[in-house]
Amino acid sequence: MAWLEANYNYLLVIVLLMIGLWAMIGKNNLIKKCVGMCIFQNAIIMFFISMGAKAGSTIPILKLKEGATTYGVNDYIIDPTQYDNPLTQILMLTAIVVGVATLGMALTLVQKMYAEYGTCEEDEILEKIK
Amino acid sequence: MEQQYPVLIVLIPMFTALAITLIGWFRPVLCQPLAVAGLFGSFCSAVATLVQVKNTANGVISYHLGNWAPPYGIEHRFDGLNGLVLVMVSFVALLVAIYAKKPVEKELGGKISNFYTLFVLLVTGLLGMTISGDAFNLYVLLEIAALTSYALLAMGRGKAYMATFNYVILGTIGACFYLLGVGFLLIKTGSLNIADMGTIIPGLGGSNTILIAFGFLMVGVWIKMALFPFHGWLPNAYTYAPTATSCLVAPLMTKVSVYVMLRIMFWVYSAEWIFEVVQWQSVVMAVAVIAILMGSFFALAQRDIKKMLTYLIVAEIGYMVGGAWTGTSLGLTGTIYHIIADGLMTVCLFMVIGSIVYKKGSAQFESFKDAFQTMPWTMSALVVAGLSMIGVPPTCGFFSKWYLLGGAYISSNYVYMVALLISSLINAVLFIRIVETAFFGATSEEIPDPHDHAVRQIDESPLSMLIPIWMAAASLVLTGLYTRDIVTKWIQPILPGGLI
Repeated sequence: MAWLEANYNYLLVIVLLMIGLWAMIGKNNLIKKCVGMCIFQNAIIMFFISMGAKAGSTIPILKLKEGATTYGVNDYIIDPTQYDNPLTQILMLTAIVVGVATLGMALTLVQKMYAEYGTCEEDEILEKIK
Repeated sequence: MEQQYPVLIVLIPMFTALAITLIGWFRPVLCQPLAVAGLFGSFCSAVATLVQVKNTANGVISYHLGNWAPPYGIEHRFDGLNGLVLVMVSFVALLVAIYAKKPVEKELGGKISNFYTLFVLLVTGLLGMTISGDAFNLYVLLEIAALTSYALLAMGRGKAYMATFNYVILGTIGACFYLLGVGFLLIKTGSLNIADMGTIIPGLGGSNTILIAFGFLMVGVWIKMALFPFHGWLPNAYTYAPTATSCLVAPLMTKVSVYVMLRIMFWVYSAEWIFEVVQWQSVVMAVAVIAILMGSFFALAQRDIKKMLTYLIVAEIGYMVGGAWTGTSLGLTGTIYHIIADGLMTVCLFMVIGSIVYKKGSAQFESFKDAFQTMPWTMSALVVAGLSMIGVPPTCGFFSKWYLLGGAYISSNYVYMVALLISSLINAVLFIRIVETAFFGATSEEIPDPHDHAVRQIDESPLSMLIPIWMAAASLVLTGLYTRDIVTKWIQPILPGGLI
């Protein structure tokens, strides 16, 4: 149980990854495939954010020590255990942008196909392409 | 100035892409010359850096972006391996940019500026992937290259939409797997710098996290390079794309992914680790053999020559993956050399097919009937490229196969050797069939009268298409003739330790 409490976020990531992968590969509707892609990418974002989080830590902006009146170097708490790892968050900012761009690309293609074939179902489109 | 070359390789095309977007609003005519100029600048920087690399003591040039020292800052790391790949990528891109003028005007009339913007951005992504020394930076550039290539491929309209959509889905899975792998590595090493990770990982021994990371990274790049079970997206996506797009994407995307695989295998991980801890060698070799055979046999079954070439790409990927996984320095030399050789061969072939499509309207077998009489120069280039694909000396295709066979022999992978030879034979059949059709019009019922001058009317492809085709064909022979220099000066000094 203690293991579950410590790692439930990773379990959730795995579940989301599987849902996303299943939707991308197994679903017939192209929009559902796009949704799956979105879930898949967001699961990875969650994975990275979990990786950088620490118990009892806060956002990676230096905190002033209690009672500090000036803003010198010695007035801040400089202790890595107090802050989340900012690196993974920065990385995921980029990954979010990439995810949005990919989703936009995929939806554009679906829209083009809908205009051409009048359907979003993969099997029907493949039937019409033949 | 000299020390800025490693960053200029990527920056010049990036800013060219911006300039093309802006100028495209007013003067679409200027887009193509601008693209050519930008890619030429990039090519010159790549060559200059490659010469610099040879003269540096340890064979590595490290450029710190923003002057932040690695491992925390992002590094552009340049050695013999990616130096050669960069020169090949920028050369091929330059040729295709020159070649693209006429086909783009014909096929994509109103979208000239969009096409060239995406074109140059795609090249930026590919060059960035090759030069970057940072695993996450590599992911971002990989996605830039992938996104632009989706858009370029989808410009083929009709069937291209569905084919590209499949590529979007699979390409995203591939890139995400790569990202997951990088995440696992980050957990264990705390670093994203490829060279830095390479020094930390040997100390971690048989850690499971590192092993899982390797699995994710490999599956990710295998999907991206279309290795056999993951190759489904490639043939349709490349066949239905516009001519200029397939000329650019087909030779480069998969080859750069192979480069990324080599970088991960031998520089992030090490040869000792891969061949002693992981023990996947026999499985991957089997997959490579199946890829070679399946690619070749499917190519044999195609009536559309463009589709035939896409299946040959799948077979060539099998060559390269197999060569790298033999675990021999000869095999790795062959793989690195084949990245260069195959890029040049593929671009030459695709440009020739593009010319046929431009003149005759389709890439079906029938279009090649009597093509020698009407397009002698174009078809002669096809013969050179075909000889290189078959592996006839002095073309570069022979030398890469020679090294690959040597590597396979030393590591006693005899099945892989046989597959390579069978694939060469099938290539011979394929290209002799095309040449026969082109020379004698073998598919036609009526035999043309040799004295009938109407048949011999020369209808050659335009000079702007012919020159890049012949530059590519000449580069095949030149690369072959200078094999010794390429191998001893750039490839051998960087071969990692631990190989047989």
